[in-house]
Amino acid sequence: MNRTQTLDALWSFQRSHGYLTDLFVKECAKDLGISTVELEGVISFYHFFRRQSAGEFTIYINNSIVSECKGYRRIKSAFERETGATLGQVDPSGKFGLFETPCIGLSDQEPAALINFFPFTNLTTLKVKHIVAELKKGTPLHTLSDDVPDHLRYTPPIDKSICIREYHQGRAVLKLANLGDEGVIEQVKLASIKGMGGAYFPTGLKMEACRSIKAEMKYVVCNADEGEPGTFKDRVLMNKYPGLLLEGMIASGYAVGAREGIIYLRAEYYWMMEHLRATIQDFYKRGFLGKSVAGIIGFDFDIRVQLGAGSYVCGEETALLNSMEGKRGEPRTKQFYPTERGFLNQPTLINNVETLCAVGRVVELGAQHFLKTGTKNSPGTKLLSISGDCHLPGIYEIEWGTKISDILNKCQADDPYYIQISGPSGVCLSKSEFDRSISMEDVKCGGSFMIFNSKRDILSILQNFTAFFKHESCGVCTPCRAGNYIIERKLIRIANGLAYPADYEEIKRWGEIMRMTSRCGLGQAATNTLSMAIDKFPEFFAQKVDQNGAGLNMKFNMEQALQPYERFKD
Amino acid sequence: MNNEITIKIDGKAIKTKPGLNLVDVATEHEIFIPSLCYYKHIDPPLGTCRVCVCKINGNAMPACTRKTYDGMEVELNSEELLDTRKAIVEMMFAEGNHFCPACEKSGDCDMQHMGYEMGISHTRFPHLFKDRLIDFTPKRMLIEHNRCVKCRRCVEEVFSDSGERVFSFCNRGNETIVGIDYEQEATLSEEQAFAAMHLCPTGAILVKGKSFAHPFGDRRFDKTSAHKSEKSTSAAAPLPKDMSPKTKKIIATTSLAGCFGCHMSLLDVDLALLDIIKVVDFNKSPLTDIKEFTEQCDVGLIEGGCCNAENIEVLREFRKKCKLLVSVGECAIWGGVPAMRNTVPLEECLEEAYLNSMTTEPGENTVPYHEDLPKILDKVYPCHELVKIDHHIPGCPPTANHIWKAVSNLLWGDEFSVLYSEFKYD
Ligand SMILES: Cc1cc2nc3c(=O)[nH]c(=O)nc-3n(C[C@H](O)[C@H](O)[C@H](O)COP(=O)(O)O)c2cc1C
Ligand code: SF4
Ligand code: SF4
Ligand code: SF4
Ligand code: FES
Repeated sequence: MNRTQTLDALWSFQRSHGYLTDLFVKECAKDLGISTVELEGVISFYHFFRRQSAGEFTIYINNSIVSECKGYRRIKSAFERETGATLGQVDPSGKFGLFETPCIGLSDQEPAALINFFPFTNLTTLKVKHIVAELKKGTPLHTLSDDVPDHLRYTPPIDKSICIREYHQGRAVLKLANLGDEGVIEQVKLASIKGMGGAYFPTGLKMEACRSIKAEMKYVVCNADEGEPGTFKDRVLMNKYPGLLLEGMIASGYAVGAREGIIYLRAEYYWMMEHLRATIQDFYKRGFLGKSVAGIIGFDFDIRVQLGAGSYVCGEETALLNSMEGKRGEPRTKQFYPTERGFLNQPTLINNVETLCAVGRVVELGAQHFLKTGTKNSPGTKLLSISGDCHLPGIYEIEWGTKISDILNKCQADDPYYIQISGPSGVCLSKSEFDRSISMEDVKCGGSFMIFNSKRDILSILQNFTAFFKHESCGVCTPCRAGNYIIERKLIRIANGLAYPADYEEIKRWGEIMRMTSRCGLGQAATNTLSMAIDKFPEFFAQKVDQNGAGLNMKFNMEQALQPYERFKD
Repeated sequence: MNNEITIKIDGKAIKTKPGLNLVDVATEHEIFIPSLCYYKHIDPPLGTCRVCVCKINGNAMPACTRKTYDGMEVELNSEELLDTRKAIVEMMFAEGNHFCPACEKSGDCDMQHMGYEMGISHTRFPHLFKDRLIDFTPKRMLIEHNRCVKCRRCVEEVFSDSGERVFSFCNRGNETIVGIDYEQEATLSEEQAFAAMHLCPTGAILVKGKSFAHPFGDRRFDKTSAHKSEKSTSAAAPLPKDMSPKTKKIIATTSLAGCFGCHMSLLDVDLALLDIIKVVDFNKSPLTDIKEFTEQCDVGLIEGGCCNAENIEVLREFRKKCKLLVSVGECAIWGGVPAMRNTVPLEECLEEAYLNSMTTEPGENTVPYHEDLPKILDKVYPCHELVKIDHHIPGCPPTANHIWKAVSNLLWGDEFSVLYSEFKYD
């Protein structure tokens, strides 16, 4: 078996047998020509792969901060009560396995969970009771699962909107021949399209770099891992406009001279897989994929979907490449760009779903259309996934340069107090900053926009973020692997009232060390928000510590420290 | 064509060739860039430990993953970078469970060596004390997961004859461990197993029965520093002569959860003690057997961490009565050997010691609990988590010279620093 088929093989066995048995792992390793421990290493990297039974129905409840705000604890208890399984375990009958997982891309309809990877949204205790009762009765799972609405809330007038507008299959692809490969890149550059996955790298430059390298095989990879908590724009794009995404990939492939496109889809979106595959089949039927795409002689292009298996860091482009190669999803050392050595060491163009959709639109509508709105450094529009404490969570296509306060009005946030932009890896904003704008010149935004009202405990938000990074760190480099763990301990001390102002300074310095030394963006960004929040919410943090400083004696919780010993009394 | 290029390290121009590994080039020119995971034969470099971080043309990155090019400007020993690299090694100590005095690799260990080279006296981070396995199952080796720093050398370098990996990372994040393939391991020859043991920069891979191949005193890092020119600074501050009893300095000492080894070490100054007591008086101390403080002291020397409630009381009293408080030895600094229990719940420790022990008398099956006995804490705490500690003197135990030098400098001098040869004493 080819190593790149590893994840598919593991999925296929797990789907039919419930979990990966010892015997299977041994044989699969043999098939791959690798030692068992190496395959175990791959399996244990991804949290959706199971080495023990995870129940006939495996339930993953989302434990992201938005879910926590919307009633995670209540839902968790409800599931525990109804299924008889405790979190992290399978109930005695083996029917239900109950687990938690970070953000599943449904922040606009929390609390939500996946059961055997079917989505269940807007959960209530009654709803949980009903679902579990029906499953016990034998009602087929797919009839119970929820349809996931797109919640498209706002889009600019038709002369300015880019992504969220009517889509007509083939409009972009059919323009390629006229435009020419270099023409595509030129348009992308003219429209100043930047990476929407969070790094904002100019897409045109990336295409050029990939194009300039001569190679037998080149790849276009669509990063559909959408793991940043609070983002769901890629989900909506793939659900609503899968064709647009494919056209963007085809256009990119044409521009850089690639022959194969791969969509790396996070396992949390497995429920969209069929839809994507059907669209791909349709494209083949119409001649927009396969040999001589849209009649362009010499341009052959295929697209397939690769399913991930539960790991946020696989959204990092080099980790994603490793994962597609059937390895542990550890980011690579940054010796080469993926455009030089990417998938299987071949030049590879990796772009986010939204970026690729924008490429599709630029071919269809022309760069001039993009320049009609936005700001100087960021023309065009941006999709925001808005969630949290507001009445209208969902997708907002905003013009770059829109004021935060405008956005808060649009989504009807009553009491916005703390806003997290671009997810836990991003930045936080306090009330005094609501007149700033979303733009490259001011507050950049990758897509996640989480609103918290004044009743939320900021420390719990930050603890949730740190727990997320600790859980998702790949573990390959010291500062991130150990650092997030250490920071978590520190936050517990603050929460327990054992900290001093000096602890805040330490957190900032330690965070700086992690930022400077971590291998990839996960560790580099993990403490950004924390350090920032300490500065931006001084009143909140002041009340969490003893202002008189540590002095000579540190606080100590003697009662707690003696608890285990006291159990030996009589 | 002449392919000589010039790079600069901390402003110093170095002529070299392009495309060479920066760490190697620096070493060749007697510039020390700390490194741990870097291993010459592995290409591409692993870049996992991040101990070698420096700034290259302004951007922080690990030196071991960088190749030389013309105009490369390397910032190496700025205060920030020195502290950052030190912090990374401290993190490794805080993350694993490193009890050097009980480690087979001590003196041969790259990580311990880096600790010394960087002058680490204590870690700024709380020790995590995660419970980790010692795996005796493999045929030849044993894997001490407490000591593995996940450098990845073994993963990339150790293959069985059939070309399959013997080691692989397993799990993710802070749960990451190095997994070993028992089947593949069993096929390794004696030499291959040895090679794996020597490849490991720590004492995580050991070959059963062969881990003491080099005797102590004869090990790689026992005496020599990687800094070619060892910068020695001040020797002990001179003791002031003729002090009247009024200006004599006053010292108190105590042993908390320690073994009295540090106190024994104190006495190792031998005859110099006669000079010392001319300028120093001892107040509360096991050396004088004075049980209660009778006056304010200048320096308090603490041996041992806190394992019971009484330790905490004593420590807090020392803090009240002493102007400066010094943690002497590993136990005071972070728990040391007594903290081996920190990875295990207290209940298990006590049951194992008092109920399941082979020497338990029949019928004697209680864990001591009495109002006159100090109550045992859930874990052993380092002194600095309970009171402010002004200074740390590392070592297990520190040598007599080291301790007195530090103390006399605290009392009469200013900053002190210790020679590598004094610092190193396994
Ligand atoms: C920890 C981490 C997670 C990431 N997750 C994603 C992701 O889920 N989706 C994504 O498009 N980009 C993600 N990125 C960014 C990618 O590395 C990469 O920059 C992006 O796919 C490039 O596409 P773009 O230029 O179109 O944004 C992540 C980066 C890091 C460091
Ligand atoms: S920063 Fe974290 S996620 Fe990134 S490589 Fe290092 S350990 Fe892995
Ligand atoms: S491996 Fe052994 S010698 Fe090296 S630091 Fe750890 S405990 Fe000390
Ligand atoms: S066992 Fe040794 S060589 Fe292997 S990763 Fe751990 S420290 Fe490195
Ligand atoms: S020596 Fe450079 S990262 Fe480890």
